[in-house]
Amino acid sequence: MRLIHNYMWQAVKNWYPAILTFAVLIVVWELCVWFLEIQRWLLPPPTIIFQELIDSIGLLTRHAGITVVEIIMGFAVSLMIGVALASGIVWSRAMERSVYPIIIASQTIPIFTLAPLLIIWVGTDIMSKVIVVVLFTFFPLVVSLVTGLRSVDSESVDMFRTLGATNAQIFRKLMIPTALPNFFAGMKVAAVVSVIGAVIGEWVGASGGLGWLMKLSGPQFQTARVFAAIVVLSVVAITLFAVIVAIEKWSLRKYPSTLNQAKNLGE
Amino acid sequence: MSSCSQKLVLDNGVTSLDDGALLTVSGVGFDYQSIPVLDNVDLSVNRGEFVALVGPSGCGKSTLLNLISGLLPPSTGSISANGIVDSPGRLGNVSYMQQRDLLLPWRTISENCQLGLELRNISADTSKALVQELAKSFGLSDVLEYMPSQLSGGMRQRAALMRTVLPDNHVLLLDEPFGALDAITRNVLQKWLLSVLTRTDKAVLLVTHDVEEAILLADRVVIMASDPGRIVAEVDVRLVGSNIESSFTSPAFVELRKNILALLERRGVSS
Repeated sequence: MRLIHNYMWQAVKNWYPAILTFAVLIVVWELCVWFLEIQRWLLPPPTIIFQELIDSIGLLTRHAGITVVEIIMGFAVSLMIGVALASGIVWSRAMERSVYPIIIASQTIPIFTLAPLLIIWVGTDIMSKVIVVVLFTFFPLVVSLVTGLRSVDSESVDMFRTLGATNAQIFRKLMIPTALPNFFAGMKVAAVVSVIGAVIGEWVGASGGLGWLMKLSGPQFQTARVFAAIVVLSVVAITLFAVIVAIEKWSLRKYPSTLNQAKNLGE
Repeated sequence: MSSCSQKLVLDNGVTSLDDGALLTVSGVGFDYQSIPVLDNVDLSVNRGEFVALVGPSGCGKSTLLNLISGLLPPSTGSISANGIVDSPGRLGNVSYMQQRDLLLPWRTISENCQLGLELRNISADTSKALVQELAKSFGLSDVLEYMPSQLSGGMRQRAALMRTVLPDNHVLLLDEPFGALDAITRNVLQKWLLSVLTRTDKAVLLVTHDVEEAILLADRVVIMASDPGRIVAEVDVRLVGSNIESSFTSPAFVELRKNILALLERRGVSS
């Protein structure tokens, strides 16, 4: 209990500058809308957006559910493709020279322009959105994993070999643990862009999801609903990010942290 | 006082290939990108013998250890360690401690030391018990559950040595194990290593650039010269009946040190 209390107090201490800044911005926004008499369809004040959030919570959560499923499926597929590609690139020189440049070049294509093609090829069901999420997320995953797996130093590999390790053992017990911190850095980037990917996919062609709801609400001048959808999307992205940070903290709990090193210097 | 038997065997005069040799290096040469790194190296280490290899930087001492451990195949000649002639076959059968401790930062000291046994699929309980037993003589019993980042350089080096010797191979290679330590820690660890290895039946080959360390720890000092790396002399340095405290100042020690430095210097000037 005391531990939880301490943890929350720590969180408040860490976050209060951000929360305070955010609160000031919201108040300024609210006051601007009222005193400058801005039309509500043009820019609704935060109170109206909050009211819309409460009034349409059923609608918003239903569409958020669709978006979240797309994100999770896309993320899972991306993870599988990313791990396979990165392992291949690190293992095989041929694959590194043939595939890696194409992967990097592929990122110069604006994915937004591919989305309409995907609608033509696979239709407007969930598959097209999953593919857009994959296109957005596999790149940070592959790059971070390749970097991480490559950061293994040759002396450690030699040490494993002199202990009689097989290639599979070296991969599992040395390369993967070495790559983990980089991998999680890539995961965090992927988490954020996965939300963008799902919304873009829905924007181009869908029958549900927060992106679709925003696209529908805009032309009807339901501006407050567009903002409410953005708020929900942010909550989704932050939650996803927080989940990955939690997994990261657990996975890397034995790794030397900067805190540990500082403690040692003091000894 | 201490007496010492001193025997100089110059250049290619090393021919002792008696039955007691656990490690035999014969006529070994190694070329890297067609540049000769080692040339016609003959060396043998008997069971229970501690041999030190000294020589200038870049004379191929570490390369020789890489060849013996099986990490690299020799270009010419042959190496037999505990009867294994095939290079990849020696991997896992020759214990090799590299210069850096290479402890895995995400594993506890115990888990790091268990690595060699774990890779042989020995159960965690068995290997943990072995680590706990050996930790007593290594002075690591109290820190087995610590992470490497919490330990001093000397302790980490001991842990690395424990990881190296746990698989219990007959041939042990040490590549400047105390090279990165401060003088005081270094001295403490040298004495400790001597006490740990003194009753061993292993064949130990230590690479060092520290002549005093070589005389103190070894039964025999092998001197190498560079370009290409080759063995130029062997000196028997057994200081009979001496203890470590008085070694550094004993006349025999000083005499040996002078002789070995002279050999190293002569080669350095002539090459």
